[in-house]
Amino acid sequence: MPSAHHIDAGFMPLFDSAVLVAAREIGFAQREGIELVLHRETSWANIRDRIAIGHFHLSHMLGPMPLACNLGLSPIPSDTIVPFSLGLGGNCVTVSNAIWKGMAAHGAEADLDAERNGAALRDLIAERKRSGLDPLRFAVVHPHSGHNYELRYWLAACGVDPSRDIDIVIVPPPFMPDALAAGRIDGYCAGEPWNSAAVAAGSGRIATVKAAIWRTSPEKVIGARRAWAEAEPEALSALLRALHHAARWCQDPGNRSELAALMAQPAFLGRPAELQMPILTGRLDLGGGTSRLVEDFFLPFDKAANFPWKSHALWFYTQMVRWGQVEHSAANVAIARDCYRPDLYRSALKPLGVAMPGANAKVEGALKMATPVGSAGASLVLGPDGFFDGGIFDPDQLDGYIAAQRTSD
Amino acid sequence: MAASSLAILVIDENRIRASIIEAGLREAGHDHVTLVHDVAGIARRIAEINPDVIVIDLENPNRDMLENMFQLSRAVKRPIAMFVDRSDRASIEAAIEAGVSAYVVDGLKQERVKTILDMAISRFNAYSRLTRELEEARSELAGRKVIDRAKGILMKSRGLSEEAAYGLLRKTAMNQNRKIAEIAQSLVTAAGLLDPGED
Repeated sequence: MPSAHHIDAGFMPLFDSAVLVAAREIGFAQREGIELVLHRETSWANIRDRIAIGHFHLSHMLGPMPLACNLGLSPIPSDTIVPFSLGLGGNCVTVSNAIWKGMAAHGAEADLDAERNGAALRDLIAERKRSGLDPLRFAVVHPHSGHNYELRYWLAACGVDPSRDIDIVIVPPPFMPDALAAGRIDGYCAGEPWNSAAVAAGSGRIATVKAAIWRTSPEKVIGARRAWAEAEPEALSALLRALHHAARWCQDPGNRSELAALMAQPAFLGRPAELQMPILTGRLDLGGGTSRLVEDFFLPFDKAANFPWKSHALWFYTQMVRWGQVEHSAANVAIARDCYRPDLYRSALKPLGVAMPGANAKVEGALKMATPVGSAGASLVLGPDGFFDGGIFDPDQLDGYIAAQRTSD
Repeated sequence: MAASSLAILVIDENRIRASIIEAGLREAGHDHVTLVHDVAGIARRIAEINPDVIVIDLENPNRDMLENMFQLSRAVKRPIAMFVDRSDRASIEAAIEAGVSAYVVDGLKQERVKTILDMAISRFNAYSRLTRELEEARSELAGRKVIDRAKGILMKSRGLSEEAAYGLLRKTAMNQNRKIAEIAQSLVTAAGLLDPGED
């Protein structure tokens, strides 16, 4: 049967491209009449440029990246929308063995506790400053990334000024473990398997995780060309159905070893299958013989993980403002609000009887425990979604949130 | 000559391609061309060279790092934009298709930079064509070798002349709608399996 739709999609070799990869390789796209062609890329800049000029219809993207495109922060103007999220969580903050030793001397423990270990890092940074040592150098994958914003949020809430007290540089995720081992960086915030890879190599320790900084928080998304989405609504709907089925397949513990083996292939991550297991099981080897089971470490499907919440886009926007990447204005807020498109998600998946949240935005950090929500008899559980410092982000109080950050920084 | 006053930095891990671009730039009258193959310590190099134009291949996995560095005033004192004219869509598309990106110091005259970008695009395309042709020549040579071996097997096992052996391979390939080299490879593999002592 010839495919009704041909879709070109970009991805970076990161585990959270799994839903897109499974959509093709396990056959979900084909079942929806889609010929899905995946293109592995070497940088986010390439993905951004190839989406902009139309080489790709859509791509695996960092959650804030489509916002950056639409806000004019990228070199080639483009209009990118987010009709689907590829998962929640999945990142870690990994530090070198030497830095971990210093943190441990200030009370850090191998339990991933964001507050305690952040305070230890703050004290170590202050001590180094008093001794006249160079500022620590941390790496993130891109300036417009969840990694950059969660690292900065964590440090700022612990009393470190991430713009002054440390250096933040950009390093491609597959190079992070080597850069750490060679002493070019002291720590980094990246997705899996690049944290477990440093631990396995004996060159780093996992200090905390995204799920500890902000539980069930947004990470990668599907960014699609708006012009294509509007011209080919059938193709987009078919793709969202395929991604929905692929995401459910990825979440199923019965498929873990098959998924790990799939992602281990040279065409995708090209790293051993056992290195893909920590993100799937949530059982992380932290280094030094300690392992820890992290609840909700990475969710490709559960807890409405695929729903493109407008409150996620708006939180990313507040952090872009906070760190001086964009001016706060009513026009920019409108651009950020229009970028994530829960309406497209709803219209594509409602006919399948998929459980839908009642609203398009939520108060982030408000749910202290897992809470059943949802519509039309289908069951859906959200949260807990707390920030480690007890912060609350109410998208209806955007100006207040931005103003409060300004005074605290 | 005006063109020669621009400092151009080419960052490309592929040394041969970088040399081809450098040669093109020099032919066009640009004397201040620096090639960098390894991005270690690049911030310091950029500060030393103080380039007006930076050309990077799109395969370079460090593009995100480099872009961020260009935006930080500590490394490069003048603001840098990607490509020279955002509205020149065709030129941007041609560059990305060729696999090259260019970062340009703000305020440079468009026509001066456009010639550099056009040159880089054509040299990138020429290099791709060259490697493609080389790859084709290589596989053609390998194909010819395997056909010779298959002919030898047929001549020996079926007592055919060289011409008849080739004719049989050709006919089989046509009947199966495959390449002669593919049929020859299958035959060589099968012969190896049947008589491991022969090879």
